[in-house]
Amino acid sequence: MRLSGWGRYPVLEARTHAPRDAAALRQLVATAPPLIARGNGRAYGDSAVHPAATVEMRRFDRMIAFDPASGQLVAEAGVLLADIIAAFLPRGWFPLVLPGTKFVTLGGAIAADVHGKNHHRDGSFRACVDWLEVMGPEGEVRRCSRQEDPALFDHTLGGMGLTGIVLRAALRLRPVETGWIRQTTVAAPSLAATMAALEAAEATYSAAWIDGFATGAGLGRGLVMLGEHALRADLPPGQAPFPAGPRRRLSVPLDLPHFALNRPGLRAANALYYRTGGRKAGSRLVGWDGHFHPLDALHGWNRLYGRRGLVQFQCVLPPARAEPGLAALLAETAGAGGGAFLAVLKRLGPQESAFSFPMEGYTLALDFPANERTLALLDRLDAIALAHGGRFYLAKDGRMSAATLRASDPRVEGFRAFREARGLTGRFRSAQSERLGL
Amino acid sequence: MRAPVLILGARSDIGRAVAHEFAARGHPLQLAARDAAGLEPDRADISLRHGVAVTLHEFDALATATHDAFVAGLPELPGIAVCAVGLMGRQEESERDIAAALRVMRSNYEGPAGILAVLANRFEARGSGTLVGISSVAGERGRAANYVYGSAKAGFTAFLSGLRNRLARRGVHVVTVLPGFVATRMTEGMALPPRLTAQPQDVARAIARAVERGRDVVHVRPVWRLVMAAIRAIPERIFKRMRI
Ligand SMILES: Cc1cc2nc3c(=O)[nH]c(=O)nc-3n(C[C@H](O)[C@H](O)[C@H](O)COP(=O)(O)OP(=O)(O)OC[C@H]3O[C@@H](n4cnc5c(N)ncnc54)[C@H](O)[C@@H]3O)c2cc1C
Ligand SMILES: NC(=O)c1ccc[n+]([C@@H]2O[C@H](COP(=O)([O-])OP(=O)(O)OC[C@H]3O[C@@H](n4cnc5c(N)ncnc54)[C@H](OP(=O)(O)O)[C@@H]3O)[C@@H](O)[C@H]2O)c1
Repeated sequence: MRLSGWGRYPVLEARTHAPRDAAALRQLVATAPPLIARGNGRAYGDSAVHPAATVEMRRFDRMIAFDPASGQLVAEAGVLLADIIAAFLPRGWFPLVLPGTKFVTLGGAIAADVHGKNHHRDGSFRACVDWLEVMGPEGEVRRCSRQEDPALFDHTLGGMGLTGIVLRAALRLRPVETGWIRQTTVAAPSLAATMAALEAAEATYSAAWIDGFATGAGLGRGLVMLGEHALRADLPPGQAPFPAGPRRRLSVPLDLPHFALNRPGLRAANALYYRTGGRKAGSRLVGWDGHFHPLDALHGWNRLYGRRGLVQFQCVLPPARAEPGLAALLAETAGAGGGAFLAVLKRLGPQESAFSFPMEGYTLALDFPANERTLALLDRLDAIALAHGGRFYLAKDGRMSAATLRASDPRVEGFRAFREARGLTGRFRSAQSERLGL
Repeated sequence: MRAPVLILGARSDIGRAVAHEFAARGHPLQLAARDAAGLEPDRADISLRHGVAVTLHEFDALATATHDAFVAGLPELPGIAVCAVGLMGRQEESERDIAAALRVMRSNYEGPAGILAVLANRFEARGSGTLVGISSVAGERGRAANYVYGSAKAGFTAFLSGLRNRLARRGVHVVTVLPGFVATRMTEGMALPPRLTAQPQDVARAIARAVERGRDVVHVRPVWRLVMAAIRAIPERIFKRMRI
């Protein structure tokens, strides 16, 4: 079948399998050609696709045990973070790390070692994982943790499915008093102001929406959104502590024609969003879903970009070179590139891991429609990020070159060596890993 | 507390989805299947997610002599019983091998009707309850491609209709479910037209709604009502030459 990631670019013809249990999965690992696990397909590019064999993990979707004393949940890899919230938020527990969509599987969150708006305080997904069970190249299942086979643990978190198939994981949830977030919005008129606001933020959650069309003095202007779990005492009397399930979802039923999201319209919409956001600046209570996942409310929003799909560019720059690097990336985007349809900036904190994306610094994510002009722009953005010591998020990539990856990340050699040593290279491969020489 | 729901054939994809749907609405569950102990991971999953009590019960629809004892052995007579037992078999095999054909007939008619008959009498004596039988549009008209399965489903559909008629004034409600294509283990590997194909969760939602609203016959996807009306309307002399 024709398969792609969330961006619907690139699209590949791939054979898929959807095993129901470990025995069927073992059979596949033993007999199928090189294969890759697939969670809920929310990585943008070709991380979760291999033409010869793509193994869907959504049927491994059982929760196994929960310990209310420690907040530890044991669950199969196909469970969605959305399911965990649905089951445990009403009991006062919340994931420690949540990416910008809740429709990701545990396996996907582990393989990409995802980060949330609290990375600067709490770290990446790894921080909440106690142990993993991973099926290796001979179909054997091995448990790993910080104590037990730590090398497998380190390389699997952030290993993009290339170290085996995650079957189960134990993770710690965070106790919360309510499902509400005290959200504060601050308008920042320039890149320096946006960065200063993120730097000064003491809130648990912070991220900035950037006007991806603004140029000149307004380059990098944005709305910095800060969030804190609301306490019971913060709620007005009569307010239920846990908001009712996510809002009714609207969905995009059809691919829009490619001109529907057009640049002049978006430029105006961005400017308007910035001005009204600035006027509404201040503090208010919002439901967790609205704070973390504004896009989830519009089901299938990737179809807004039409048949050709979208690509996202995401890199992280070290603190010392972040400001000039971000300025150059945004100027290139808004100038010759014609603007980014969506731009988000986050502060990341220190990170330990063998191959995870995050590192201390600033991460910028830019969405574009997939077309020739965008692909040419992305090559230029790669070069700017490289020149400023940046590295790239594989979960968003579907087009980077192997040379760029190697130039950006000295850890590639070590990751490859681990794959060789454990006999993983011939067994677990994605279209992305082949393109990037992993 | 909400009425306990008994699910017969709880390992089936549709049965599992029905279990989650009722558990999410706060109903405790009794899951019945062959090799019930193998459902322990599902039991743990459902009770963890939804905070309801879930029990497992060994059940073989073809062992009709054990059905009375099976029902008597449940921790409590359920308020709602859903039968998802079924076997499609392979049509060519059913044509060649009469034993295989009989197994398909018995698994879709005799077994399901037998267990619902036992439950019906107990529900009638109590004066309340809802019985849900999952039959199929395949029972609406026999086709060369699957008439052995279809004929047994036709029998089951007629049985449910008669049971509903009999119990209508006795406080017991009977729901007939006529799904078209559903993406499950039964249809795995078949090329199903996406617009006509439901997910197990769609069937489960339709069942829970039908139980709550007291509906009699539900097609999960309404278009199947039209499709089947059209298929039934074809004159036999033309139909017998068609390949559909
Ligand atoms: C709207 C949106 C917002 C996002 N926001 C963020 C964000 O804020 N922060 C962030 O970090 N990411 C973000 N992402 C990216 C997303 O979190 C990651 O791509 C995540 O990996 C997707 O999980 P998935 O279950 O869909 O996995 P897939 O996309 O199916 O797979 C992703 C990778 O995980 C591997 N994988 C999946 N399951 C397993 C398994 N069982 N065993 C081994 N490997 C496995 C695959 O091989 C692949 O390499 C966002 C994505 C979208 C669409
Ligand atoms: N899928 C469709 O397109 C479709 C369409 C219309 C109607 N239906 C009906 O929907 C129902 C559920 O089927 P499904 O699609 O979910 O497929 P399924 O997963 O194959 O379910 C069939 C279930 O019936 C159980 N079963 C068979 N014989 C049994 C017996 N003697 N005793 C106990 N259990 C028995 C099987 O149990 P084991 O797990 O122990 O084998 C299996 O769990 C069936 O009645 C089917 O006919 C399905």
